[in-house]
Amino acid sequence: MTTLKDKYQKVAYYPGCALEGTAHSYNRSTQEVGKALGLDLVEVKNWNCCGAMEVKNIDPKLQTYLSSRVMAIAATEMKMDVVMAPCNGCYHNLKKAEYDLAHDPTSVEVVDRLSQKAGHATYEAGQVETIHALDWIMHGIGEDGLKQRLKGSLQGLKVANYYGCMYTRPRHIFPEKDKGPGTESTSKPHFMDDLLGAAGAVNVEFPLKTACCGGAHTLSDSDMSTKLVLNILRTAEAAGAEVIATECPTCHSGLEMHQVRAEKKFGQPTKVKILYFTQLLGLALGLSPRQVGVHENISDSLGFLREKGIA
Amino acid sequence: MPIHEQSLIRPENLTTHDQLVVDGVDVSGHWSTFIQSRVVTDYNEAMQDEIAALPGGENVHRCWQCGSCTNSCTVNAINPEFNPRHWIYLVRIGMESEILRDKDIIWQCVSCNKCTYACPRDVVPEGVMKALSHWLELKGHVKPSPSMVFDQVFSEQVFQHGKIEEGRVMQRFFKRTGQSLNQPWLIEMIKRMLRHLPVGMLTKLGLATLVAPRTSGWSGARAAIEEYVHEQEHKRRRALGLDALIEAAKRDAGPATAGEGAR
Repeated sequence: MTTLKDKYQKVAYYPGCALEGTAHSYNRSTQEVGKALGLDLVEVKNWNCCGAMEVKNIDPKLQTYLSSRVMAIAATEMKMDVVMAPCNGCYHNLKKAEYDLAHDPTSVEVVDRLSQKAGHATYEAGQVETIHALDWIMHGIGEDGLKQRLKGSLQGLKVANYYGCMYTRPRHIFPEKDKGPGTESTSKPHFMDDLLGAAGAVNVEFPLKTACCGGAHTLSDSDMSTKLVLNILRTAEAAGAEVIATECPTCHSGLEMHQVRAEKKFGQPTKVKILYFTQLLGLALGLSPRQVGVHENISDSLGFLREKGIA
Repeated sequence: MPIHEQSLIRPENLTTHDQLVVDGVDVSGHWSTFIQSRVVTDYNEAMQDEIAALPGGENVHRCWQCGSCTNSCTVNAINPEFNPRHWIYLVRIGMESEILRDKDIIWQCVSCNKCTYACPRDVVPEGVMKALSHWLELKGHVKPSPSMVFDQVFSEQVFQHGKIEEGRVMQRFFKRTGQSLNQPWLIEMIKRMLRHLPVGMLTKLGLATLVAPRTSGWSGARAAIEEYVHEQEHKRRRALGLDALIEAAKRDAGPATAGEGAR
């Protein structure tokens, strides 16, 4: 029987649009961490956008189609069993498409029609398993495996782990979660806490792990987003966090952008640093700040990390 | 009091008498506050069906008004007027006039899915909020919200190229909504972004805004998507009776123009 550990050693990698743009540091650090841990990533050939948070508002079935095309290529052209998406939005949309194609005949019919017209294989539910970068490292390596490979430590860095909306909601599209010990929880997710804890961080008690940053309206309703983000930043600081660890490019850029906006437009400065969890893991694995793209973040944490002896 | 009756106690629906004596008892001022009687006749009986015909609104009929959606709502915590439970009730009984009072805030749903997570009846309140926003725009009650403009700018690029480039989306969105890129916080953000970036990376980012990234061999998918979008738009207009309304308006206008010509 193949275990998850075996299955996740080599996976199809779906970076998505954001990781080729503003979240380049997430892309880079994910790939570097994969290399350092000996996990293989093969990028999905000629991938397209999953539909993000926007296409569903034009038509939800189109989002299902866009996501299904990515999975179809991974399954039929690349013969892969697992697609790994580090972006919460991509991950969520592929999971949602998977669920809809397994349960809703209309979605199946629309996806089939569009795929045929577009001239590629139709994705059928169950052909691939979509996982998040957290699942990939958690099940592919695990806390103990990670500890064995550490070259440094996060030195008791106080971290608030921020998972956002799309990693856990709605529950029904994540059938593998909430299955007891060893599985992820949708109400109190802990994979990021576990991994960063294993790398030497101290996870603070942070009640807003799955709160919303207003990412969907980050530009179209900026004041709302600034309020939501400021609440997250302040709560993290009040919990004693020096760093907020993120796992989603929309959350990450939202936190960075509205941290600046709150300071410049509303005179509400906050000090907490914002880093992708893969950047923190990479540093503990002995990678240089440049290798994990710390210099690409808007939130300037280089000096702080050096002071702490982490970078 | 049922939730839709909260309109009864709005200030404009209350009367007080500065001087009033009833049966020898002085009830002047707030002692004589009365709710004005009212008769509602303008129910839109098709409203629930219209919302259910739009994507996301399919399950609106399942709601049993437990209030889990509003209780868990991200936006409600910031603005108590943002009340999904209330709007779902109004949709179900067809109280269009009451919905229209909130027409400028319904689009503010941030799609965090907390309501959909909490809902015990699989109503998908997030979807209903989107359906309701669409309905308001399709019926001409509001102009497209900033969020809708953003969705369109974003989706146009996905449909056209298969991928998006964030800088482009941002530029077009700011242009279409008439906002300036020259905002202090935005400039500060870009400054901080550039502080440590190596030149090679900057060139790459700059090029991406000029040359749109695209998925190769996308033309087949683009044609299929465009055809589908067109087909769905037609279907929605028909479900809301919009084409029939336009036809009727044309017919009404028809004889009048002919009459003028004869004169």
